[in-house]
Amino acid sequence: MTELNGKCIIAIGERDGIPGPAIAEIVRSAGAREVVSFTQCFV
Amino acid sequence: MVQPCLKSIKLCLSHVPNLVRYGSKPEREIAAHPELLEEMLRASRSFEDACAYPPNQVFIGNSVPEDLAGIERPWHSNPSVDAHSMGSDGEIVDEGPFLCLTAATDPFNLLRLDPQYIERQRESLSTTEWFTERDFHALGEGTPQSELKELIESRGALPLFDKNELIGCVENGHSEDLSLNAQIVLENLTAKSSAVLALRLLNGTEESGADIEYVMGCGEEAIGDRYQRGGGNLAKAVAENSWCLNATGSDIKAFCCAPNHAIVIGAALVASGLFKNVAVIGGGSLAKLGMKFQGHLRNGMPILEDVLASVAVLIGEDDGFSPIIDLESVGRHTVSAGSSPQAIAEALILEPLIRKGLGILDVDRYATELHDPDVTEPQGSGNTPLNNYRVLASLAVQRKEITREEMPDFVDRFGMPGFSPTQGHIASAVPFLGHALRSLTIGDANHVMFYAKGSLFLGRMTEMSDGLSFIVDRNTNSLNRLKD
Repeated sequence: MTELNGKCIIAIGERDGIPGPAIAEIVRSAGAREVVSFTQCFV
Repeated sequence: MVQPCLKSIKLCLSHVPNLVRYGSKPEREIAAHPELLEEMLRASRSFEDACAYPPNQVFIGNSVPEDLAGIERPWHSNPSVDAHSMGSDGEIVDEGPFLCLTAATDPFNLLRLDPQYIERQRESLSTTEWFTERDFHALGEGTPQSELKELIESRGALPLFDKNELIGCVENGHSEDLSLNAQIVLENLTAKSSAVLALRLLNGTEESGADIEYVMGCGEEAIGDRYQRGGGNLAKAVAENSWCLNATGSDIKAFCCAPNHAIVIGAALVASGLFKNVAVIGGGSLAKLGMKFQGHLRNGMPILEDVLASVAVLIGEDDGFSPIIDLESVGRHTVSAGSSPQAIAEALILEPLIRKGLGILDVDRYATELHDPDVTEPQGSGNTPLNNYRVLASLAVQRKEITREEMPDFVDRFGMPGFSPTQGHIASAVPFLGHALRSLTIGDANHVMFYAKGSLFLGRMTEMSDGLSFIVDRNTNSLNRLKD
């Protein structure tokens, strides 16, 4: 298990998976700092 | 209210291996590594190979999606033995005839072709019903090599090749306007001509085109100059070149789910009585050619993203036979719906089904993102249709319509393997329309749902996704009609 508390996070989401803002919300709740988050479409 | 019906559909693939170099990803990579071009040319497919590619045969209606499940992957290694370029739902067109159609429907003569190249296409063009005498006249004799070279060297025209042979060029639409540079002009001209191809096939004859009153574009192109980049209405330009003399039109923009938006709005226009016949058209995406070519080269595969896909759908009034587009059960992804896969699926699938009084298992088939996994997996982009069908299956488990153990069977029964080229809006659900039309009329299906998503966040204006779904129902009068 990776300790996220105090870490800086770049969250890259995917259209058919988990969106970037949702990943960012989760890592923030674990004490990480979101540096940037965005969602990509790979098709 | 008039019941709007799904009357007919045409899906086309224009095989353009020599335009792959102008796809967004290949162009950037070739600029950085010029030696890549030769490698890409060696990995190009012939027209015959593109026709025999099993997913392409499904796309034009010569076989059904479930046939792919019985063919060992990668599918390009197991070509269809009875492949044909023409199918019940559309046609696969070779590059030469396609470029001639593009030139013939280019009113500003920006796309020029070499006279000998045109000559090599004449026999093929003369056997098609979609290329007319008027097109031959518009095509003309071509532009000599010396003039092509002059346009390229002194006026910045974009060269067109057949492998390494110069066969034409595309001029800039304006000397200073970046919105009309040759690359964008080529992108827009091919979006237009591929849509013209589909709409001409849909019309069949010049006389039939007169029945269409409104044409709605759903492509991803942006037409306009620097003062109105994306001003649009490619639809009317396509109508003009597809014999729809009594039509007006407009474009609907919604990324990959624009076809679903356009079909629903078109059906609403018919239901209101405003127009009797509405055509929804979408041209191909040049930018997406070769988008995942690196994965194909790395795996020793041919470059599969070598086709421009296009679609034309005719929506008309109830004829007692054609399947009905149910406007009472349109699924919408609202601003407040949330962007998680589950939130989107609930908005697009569950909510309309509940409104219609149906369970998930009451729908015969679900059409969603139908991207060919042989295109996407070599580049690490996963199996998009399978991922979406698993989300659907998990909804069915949550609602206790199936057990967790039944999920794989559910995916096989209600879903389908992806068979569409990665052409964005085209891959989103609509390639199944022809198959659905048959299963809802001469087959035994009663309801087919089409749901598609749009990646609005790519435009940097919002972090939201989008989506829209609709259900097409068997016309309740069709059984009586068959008995007669």
